[in-house]
Amino acid sequence: LSTLVLAEHEGGSLKPQSFSAIKAASSLGENNHVSMLLAGSGSSLQQAAAHAASCHPSISQVLLADSDRFIHSLAEPWAKLVHLVQQKGRYSHIVAASSSFGKNILPRAAALLDVSPITDVTGISESRLFVRPIYAGNALCTVRYTGSVPCMLTVRPASFPVESMSADSKSNAAPVEHVDLSSFGEDGVGKSRYISQSSQVSERPDLGNARVVITGGRALKNADNFKLIEKLAERLGAAVGATRAAVDAGFVPNDLQVGQTGKIVAPELYMAFGVSGAIQHLAGMRDSKVIVAVNKDSDAPIFQVADYGLVGDLFDVIPELLEKLPEKK
Amino acid sequence: MKIMVAIKRVVDYAVKIRVKPDKTGVETTNVKMSMNPFCEIALEEALRMKEAGLASEVVAVSMGPAKCVDTLRTGLAMGADRGIHVDVPGALQPLSVAKLLKALVDSEKPGLLILGKQAIDDDCNQTGQMVAGLLSWPQGTFASKISICGLTFSAPLRSSRSTDLRLNQPRYATLPNILKAKSKVIKKCTPEELNVPIKSDLETVQVIEPPKRKAGVILSSVDELVDKLKNEARVI
Repeated sequence: LSTLVLAEHEGGSLKPQSFSAIKAASSLGENNHVSMLLAGSGSSLQQAAAHAASCHPSISQVLLADSDRFIHSLAEPWAKLVHLVQQKGRYSHIVAASSSFGKNILPRAAALLDVSPITDVTGISESRLFVRPIYAGNALCTVRYTGSVPCMLTVRPASFPVESMSADSKSNAAPVEHVDLSSFGEDGVGKSRYISQSSQVSERPDLGNARVVITGGRALKNADNFKLIEKLAERLGAAVGATRAAVDAGFVPNDLQVGQTGKIVAPELYMAFGVSGAIQHLAGMRDSKVIVAVNKDSDAPIFQVADYGLVGDLFDVIPELLEKLPEKK
Repeated sequence: MKIMVAIKRVVDYAVKIRVKPDKTGVETTNVKMSMNPFCEIALEEALRMKEAGLASEVVAVSMGPAKCVDTLRTGLAMGADRGIHVDVPGALQPLSVAKLLKALVDSEKPGLLILGKQAIDDDCNQTGQMVAGLLSWPQGTFASKISICGLTFSAPLRSSRSTDLRLNQPRYATLPNILKAKSKVIKKCTPEELNVPIKSDLETVQVIEPPKRKAGVILSSVDELVDKLKNEARVI
């Protein structure tokens, strides 16, 4: 076994979802040689490489592709890079987190390598036997990969949770090697151009990794009312999520959507306010450890998955919660 | 410019699916089938581009068993100009679909290929990225807004897009358009004719229902909720 992990980094350190990809890679089997591929340029790449090299004992090698081409993580150069690295390394597996990054890049790279990727893996039984949800998580499918190498996967971070990975074991840092890009060429690269990134600047934790998620639905009625959800989230040190209805209505941006086609989360505590519980939404949060639902409608399907339900008006309940909840530690 | 849109026939999004007792898959006989919602959004976007004068023709394509023609007919009723059905009786994985699409793009030469970002049955989210890779075209995945500016339009910008929810609200097919769609052409072809061997890299071992969550309790007050979260669940 030898596995290549495609890693994301930001501001000089690996993103949390990439730790989940490492965890998944290390559960593929014994004697797995795990290499990690990082791309980008400049000092933040170097810092991320140092971070990657010492973040997990199972990492045997860090590969660096240092070029301006990779700064914005566009799929075209990245897929080509994966193809190039695979030609040389002949890995048995290639793994990425099923983030926008992984979902954008890995299938394209798989097509270049003429293999079928397996997306959104939630369980690894053997090195070629995987569990993945289908039909919005209403069925679980076990698939065996029967194709040629490499076997390519994206894994759900929520299913491979990582407690903490600090870069403290400096003593056994993995070697860092630069990828030879001399044969990279220019063909097919540069037809997509990065224009700009607009993102929510927030003090709150990232939705995908938060310990607590507070979600609002259509019942919030407007963007102004949605601030109630944000206030509660701040109190609990939680991330904010939203249903498709709330996003469609413009209360909050696209990237806060939890559900089949949005973010998949599995926090310790998930609190849903004014969320009816469409199957597409449940698909994104059903693996949460404790689910709380507050809804005026006692027949709302969300109550069927909630550990604690409260039938009531969120406009009464949230202020009362704000009053009665303990201050964040 | 010609726009090609790939559409997939799936179990209708409102159907509560049932896992077959023998664990071989999900029941699809006697179940309402519809166009995959993301494919609808992709087709809607193509039609709007045509209405805005940015495209001359919209071609809807679908791969799979004979019934896919019904879904293509829906696409034609929405406003697509013609359809192509690649007749494949068995299961198709995204890599094969991507290869078939590439073959169709090579013969039809569209300037833009639009796909839904994922099908709501297998939730794979792969085909758009794969076909773009095979074609060496640029890709824009999970598009929630597409704008084409006049300058890059005439440039060699041929690309593949996959669409997300917010892109648009798909139209309903009106009765006159449904009738009109009956006379539109759906060309049928086979993977052999397109020179694409269909291979499978994946074997479905079993399909089961996910574990059910235990039924919870309905509380009567905020005080009780705070108490439960603090002392029973110990999450705050």
